[in-house]
Amino acid sequence: MAQATFEEISASDFFYRNRDIAGLTNPSRAIFVAIREVVENSLDAAESQKIPPDIYVRLSYEGEATKETQIYKLRVQDNGSGIQPKFIPSAFGQVLYGSKYKLKQMRGTFGLGGKMAVLYGQVTTHKPAIVTSSTGQAKIYTFTLMIDIQRNRPIILDRKVLINKDNWHGTIVEFNLEGDYLRAMPKIIEYFKQTAMVNPYANLTFVDPKGRLYKFTRATTAMPDPPTETLPHPYGVDVELLQRLIQITSSTNMSSFLRGHFHRVGEITAQKFLEFAGIPPSKNPKKLTHEEIVKLMQNLKKFKDFLPPDANCLSPLGEELLKAGIMKELKPEYLVVHQRKPSTYAGHPFIVEMAIAYGGDIPKTGNFVIYRFANKIPLLYDEASDVAYKVISSMNWRRYKVASDMPIAIVIHVCSTKVPYKTVGKEFIADRPEVRKEEANALREVSRQLQHFLSRKEHVHMEKKRLSIFSKYLPKIAQFSAMLAGKEKAPDIEKLLKSVQKYGAEES
Amino acid sequence: MEQKKVKITEKKQEVIKELKAFGANVYDQLEQGVFPTVNMPSRSTENITYDPTLRQYILGEKNVGRNARNIRHIKPFTQLAWVAMFSNELTSQRKTSTLRDVYYSAQAYEMTFADQQESNNIITDLETLTGFAREEFSIFPEERSAIFGDLDIGYTVPGYEGKTVNLTSHPDGVLIGPAVTSSEFIKTSANKVIAIEKGALFTRFIEESVHSKHKSLLISCGGQAPRQTRSFIRRLHDELGLPVYILTDGDPWGMHIAQVIISGSANAAHLRDLNTPDAVWSGVWASDIVEYKLPTDPLDDVDIKRLYELQKDPRYQNDPVWQREIKMFLKIRRKTELEAFSRYGLTYIVDEYLPTKLDGAPSKGKKKK
Repeated sequence: MAQATFEEISASDFFYRNRDIAGLTNPSRAIFVAIREVVENSLDAAESQKIPPDIYVRLSYEGEATKETQIYKLRVQDNGSGIQPKFIPSAFGQVLYGSKYKLKQMRGTFGLGGKMAVLYGQVTTHKPAIVTSSTGQAKIYTFTLMIDIQRNRPIILDRKVLINKDNWHGTIVEFNLEGDYLRAMPKIIEYFKQTAMVNPYANLTFVDPKGRLYKFTRATTAMPDPPTETLPHPYGVDVELLQRLIQITSSTNMSSFLRGHFHRVGEITAQKFLEFAGIPPSKNPKKLTHEEIVKLMQNLKKFKDFLPPDANCLSPLGEELLKAGIMKELKPEYLVVHQRKPSTYAGHPFIVEMAIAYGGDIPKTGNFVIYRFANKIPLLYDEASDVAYKVISSMNWRRYKVASDMPIAIVIHVCSTKVPYKTVGKEFIADRPEVRKEEANALREVSRQLQHFLSRKEHVHMEKKRLSIFSKYLPKIAQFSAMLAGKEKAPDIEKLLKSVQKYGAEES
Repeated sequence: MEQKKVKITEKKQEVIKELKAFGANVYDQLEQGVFPTVNMPSRSTENITYDPTLRQYILGEKNVGRNARNIRHIKPFTQLAWVAMFSNELTSQRKTSTLRDVYYSAQAYEMTFADQQESNNIITDLETLTGFAREEFSIFPEERSAIFGDLDIGYTVPGYEGKTVNLTSHPDGVLIGPAVTSSEFIKTSANKVIAIEKGALFTRFIEESVHSKHKSLLISCGGQAPRQTRSFIRRLHDELGLPVYILTDGDPWGMHIAQVIISGSANAAHLRDLNTPDAVWSGVWASDIVEYKLPTDPLDDVDIKRLYELQKDPRYQNDPVWQREIKMFLKIRRKTELEAFSRYGLTYIVDEYLPTKLDGAPSKGKKKK
């Protein structure tokens, strides 16, 4: 069984052997994923403290690896919270170790993205990673680390301590990796551009191996409230989680167990549920058999009267920030954003934010430009597999007087404590009916407003055209009639032209 | 004869007066600060009726307005004003232009027409508005037909004023163009007009001296006679008092070429004096095919369909010869051409057929066996 197999090898080993699932499939993809994972960790580290992120990324050429691939040094520096020195080795040298097992919205979901990148670097170049961090206290710590893959343990090669004169806080990660930057470049630049779009409060700087500088400057210092941690919702639990909770709980009866470990379960709800499931409230959870646990899980999903999850644990961007980000990157002629109310799928709260932008820097490609984001991460691959793509392509656009050859960009942001990705590679969102419905409703809302804008625009255009027709022909009629009638001077038509203008103004 | 003679120059003055009146009307409306409007009879099919007393199609009571205030009207309104202005210049300077030429001249005034058809339509508007045919305000179509016979005409076109010419002066015939249609008739020895559908037979008639043998003016229609030719035939009839005989192929199409000369077309319902109601279709009749045993071809489906259409046409109701011949065509299911008489020798049509027809044509059915 999978569990047995999993225990035979270490987590590092497992993920190393299965690095495809993390998106590290080929040299160009690998370099893109590595940059993305480390940058996301940096953004999370700054945002959790509500610090407007300043992130500096440098990729430099180190040498040839194979005919197609090169060795690069990746350095990512942030101004985030920093990591306490005792956690640094594990945070970067041990897979499945991290701060991301609590339930709140963060970019990383599996706690292994950044480490997978470091692991990948080590495997392809046999060089250690250098991590420098400070939480703003008196000292700065620099670790030189490698991962013991078989044992899933960090090996500390070197450790330095510096005096932190300027109270600097943040983390600098530096490691070598093999990759194909030239092929990855378009996606990487696109990644930074889109990241800037949904993180309008971040300064992003990227220096590529050719020394080219890409700078995305923040448009605001306003930031969304950081998400709070929350307990799991009964609808979202599985047997594994139930077993773990039972192991750690101090409750001796089911009623207090339910109240103490689940989101939005109080006295009355617990009582009603236990009655529904046929479990005595006084039953000790530790005495539940495996079959009873499976049955409990099934009943938790069946029970209709749990309150929906609270969205406090989510940190959507908000309409203002989304607007600022899109204005900054696309400079559209018209923009409408809409945030849906929180909803849930399988016990996980989520919020859909949607925007439609028209004109400006948006190209006319014959198709809409779609920007997909999940927890503020741009999703750049497998667009056609994403639920958003289905929602957009199944819309009756003619109803909204929208044609595919218009310069239109659609921006979709889904945030959740658990984004329903189809793969560990975080490329596209699965077709969950609840998510699909929210996206469809959001899209309808912004499309309606776009339709108003378009018909206003059309009206103004028609009005202009009408005026131009009158101003073209009236003077000619005046001229020809004067010539015909043998008059020296053409009649004065200014008044008539003005009356047409006034008429136009009334109409609009 | 002298009384009927219309002074061409006087007519021109009338045209110019009418055009200027239109211009002044538009000018005054603009001066008063209102969007100019113009009204004219509608040319839609439901407003076209056949007038049995006038023996031609006419327009009914329905009017249409063009208002410069209307976004859909202002462009055609401007085009109409331009065509009126352009025609006025042409007529005043005694120059002429063609439909094609008008289409291009407009571009000099940044008055583009979408296509030739659009500019033709506007010219028809001006005809409807003023009641004058476009030829009167100096715009001519490209197609030309020819005349031959003993008629002295006096030119009125610039550079030729006072010059006269006899229309037998050129053995190919004289083109019926602006110079001929705007000329004044001086004298003729002819006592009839023979209009012929085809140029080949027209040439044969000249070679065989039909003009002197039968004291006639010969006209080649070149298929469907152009409007200026139809109006010229009308003048020959009205001003010189000459009867008009028409010779066409013996098929529904030839029959209709004759009919249009006699009764006009629905497209010209807004105009007068383009048709010659007293003109006579002399042949080739369906009954001639039988009587003269002419070589024939079978009628095809389109011919038969056309015959049934013509049977119902109001223009074919007032003279029994039409209905009789249509029935005959449908009975024998054959058609023929003027050239078919050549089976009896080159001169047969002139020596035998023509005298009989000229004699018998107005007899309206007496000929029938």
